[in-house]
Amino acid sequence: MFRLLTRRLALIVPTFIGVTLLGFLLIHSIPGDPVEVRVGERGISAERLAYFRHELGLDQPLWKQFLDYEGQLLHGDLGRSVVTQESVWTEFKTFFPATFELSVCALAFAILVGLPLGVMAAVRRGSALDYGLIGISVTGASMPIFWWGLMAVLIFSVALGWTPVSGRIDDLFYIEPRTGFLLIDAWFSDEPGAFRSAVRHLILPAIVLGTVPLATIARMTRSAMLEVLGEDYVRTARAKGLAPGRVVVVHALRNALIPVVTVLGLQVGALLGGAILTETVFAWPGVGHWLVESVQRRDYNVLQGGTLLIAVLVMLVNLGVDVLYGVLNPRLRH
Amino acid sequence: MRLRILLLAGTALLCAATAQAKTLVYCSEGSPENFSPMLNTTGTTFDANHPVYGRLIEFKPGETGIEPGLAERWDISLDGKVFTLHLRPGVKWHSNAAFKPTRDFNADDVLFTFNRQAKDDHPFHKVSGGAYDYYGDMGLPKLIAGLEKIDPLTVRFTLTEPSAPFLSDLAMEFASIQSAEYGDVLTKAAKPEQIDQAPIGTGPFSFVAYQRDATIRYRRFDEFWGPKAKLDALVFSINKDPAVRLAKLRANECQVSAYPAPADLPGIRADASLKLMDQPGLNIGYLAFNTQKKPFDDKRVRQALSMALDQKAILDAVFLGAGQPAKNLIPPTMWSYNDAVQPWPLDVAAAKKLLAEAGYPEGFETDLWAMPVQRPYNPDARRMAELMQSDLAKIGVKARIVSFEWGEYRKRAQAGEHSLALFGWTGDNGDPDNFFVPLAGCAAARVGGGNIAKWCNREFEALVGKAVTLTDQAERAKLYEQAQIIMREEQPFYDIAHSVAFQPMRKNVTGYVMSPFGRHIFDQVDLQ
Repeated sequence: MFRLLTRRLALIVPTFIGVTLLGFLLIHSIPGDPVEVRVGERGISAERLAYFRHELGLDQPLWKQFLDYEGQLLHGDLGRSVVTQESVWTEFKTFFPATFELSVCALAFAILVGLPLGVMAAVRRGSALDYGLIGISVTGASMPIFWWGLMAVLIFSVALGWTPVSGRIDDLFYIEPRTGFLLIDAWFSDEPGAFRSAVRHLILPAIVLGTVPLATIARMTRSAMLEVLGEDYVRTARAKGLAPGRVVVVHALRNALIPVVTVLGLQVGALLGGAILTETVFAWPGVGHWLVESVQRRDYNVLQGGTLLIAVLVMLVNLGVDVLYGVLNPRLRH
Repeated sequence: MRLRILLLAGTALLCAATAQAKTLVYCSEGSPENFSPMLNTTGTTFDANHPVYGRLIEFKPGETGIEPGLAERWDISLDGKVFTLHLRPGVKWHSNAAFKPTRDFNADDVLFTFNRQAKDDHPFHKVSGGAYDYYGDMGLPKLIAGLEKIDPLTVRFTLTEPSAPFLSDLAMEFASIQSAEYGDVLTKAAKPEQIDQAPIGTGPFSFVAYQRDATIRYRRFDEFWGPKAKLDALVFSINKDPAVRLAKLRANECQVSAYPAPADLPGIRADASLKLMDQPGLNIGYLAFNTQKKPFDDKRVRQALSMALDQKAILDAVFLGAGQPAKNLIPPTMWSYNDAVQPWPLDVAAAKKLLAEAGYPEGFETDLWAMPVQRPYNPDARRMAELMQSDLAKIGVKARIVSFEWGEYRKRAQAGEHSLALFGWTGDNGDPDNFFVPLAGCAAARVGGGNIAKWCNREFEALVGKAVTLTDQAERAKLYEQAQIIMREEQPFYDIAHSVAFQPMRKNVTGYVMSPFGRHIFDQVDLQ
């Protein structure tokens, strides 16, 4: 287990360098820079353009800009937003709770619905439920999130009026951000109705964001369960006369969970990627929304810092999954 | 028992107060960069700052004319170079947790605001990035020779040359007045950048809180010097997608919404719970001929192409009824508009003949640049370019449509790399000078300048150059009218349209006045 952890931790260093380099190159390959995008129809004189580029260090060769940035990172400094002048870390801390809250709820929705669906489909293999599930999961996995999000808004918010259109809470509530997690802040606030409003705002984006992971989890659970249900020990358990529910849940599901947990780890990356689109559709003030805005404004520091922080997060989650995998599968500990 | 009654009474009072509190939610289109108009150039940031700050001079609601603001009156010297402004006494500043003002607004605040932008050695010059684009772009570093405090309620601007639009410049958002005392307090607290994050102003609403990409909250400032705001609170709900903004408006989650999509206008008109205001925009969308490149250095070619383009078809197909046909560079709502100017008629035969006279009987090949983004003056440049391409083909001109990423597009067009390019302009201060000089003046024809026709005509230049120095508006108007006749003959631009701005809102919103500058202002808005 220790060797496994050490190996995984050692891999983080080259991944870290790779992510910063790739992020840097991608961002600098987009046409325009933070100074140019600020210039309107009026134009800018060559002197002013040169002055602002110099102020931001954009007049340096690319390799030097990259090395300067790496040096800055080694000092724990992610830089400041070119647009707002706030430190990138402060901005990330402001936006991350919204994304975390949304992602956790989306994942919870995906697990709570996907896992039982996958189990039921496997138990009733070949039934209408099974075919229905396969159809739904293929549709869910291949549906573009932004399209699904807009459709969901049109149907559930505009046509039916069941959920709010966008945002995290009704605009009339002002909840002092103590933790940044609005569900918690609203729960402890003295504004009556704030918590309910926060929950209502969360439902639709969480469902939209959780759809793809739900489809993946359901499919993976189904195939893993099918495999496990055919094993000898399951047959033995049945032969011993154990209740069918107990056989499925205690004997089969626990073993079928091993590949599902791996998939769950991978879903964190997918969730953060999906959050960018979901947050844009629902005007959800999270990290994804923040990064999309930064691309449009060519806010290099925010883009580089934000991408890096997300990459670190995904790496840490994957590390956690590896550890969990070891716990679930004792053979891997050695 | 007594306690219970007291509690009940208190709750009832609170409920009554809550029920009576008037809060208007405005669905805005984006987050402001910060809360300092002097640092930014976007309408989104100006809208977010407008409720908080006051300016020395204000634009009259719904007009381009000016009226007293923090300066209650002014004197202009006979040579038009010295502007003495008499400041309004008793104007109160807002306060927040970090700042409790000890004095009213005075001349020190005016000096603080302008010197911050003008002087490299001002302690706040470099704060928050220190890019004062508008101050620079309006030519104020060269124009303002000096700013003095005569007494606590009098300041004097001395200009290097007479400038008629100077007072209008002072009404622009970048000239919003910040508090020098707040600056001092923040300097002592080693948090100078807070001046642009937690704004203190003298406006009708004070800033309460900002949750980035979510909401901005304001509260009515009861000590405002002018007519008090009718709303108790104002909330900007930030939603980038026009479809989402409209959905929120329909659901009464907001009562006023920014920038509707043109395709949604019929639906808004048909909705009984909504109303739609409209106003001709202070803008122009045009096709620029690069007059420094062959064959567009010949005015006959420019005229011929202008006669080949079907303006009505473009307006119908691209603006969907939300555009006025243009024949001058300035919009018809602006004083000095020359209505006598006749646009070049649609006449393909005459265009072919003129092109042959210019030495191109078979036409020629050229590039036609189309912006990749929607702009206030052009909702779909790509579609417009396709229509133009088809029109030009009728006179033998084969146009190849070219586009770049928006920043790149502007840079290349301003460098003069194009032959034909779609572009446009939105006015800043309502003065004709603000259209003619940046768009068609000789100084702006340089590489990187905003005159993308790269046209420099000495006669035109002399007229607009003289007009800016005069204080008599009627005299100025005559000169600008002549300048428009020259432009019609020289045809450096094919003027396409002035787009109409639309403002959807709930039926119960009253007192909203559309700003010709595209600002969203809630100073006197009420909810019935």
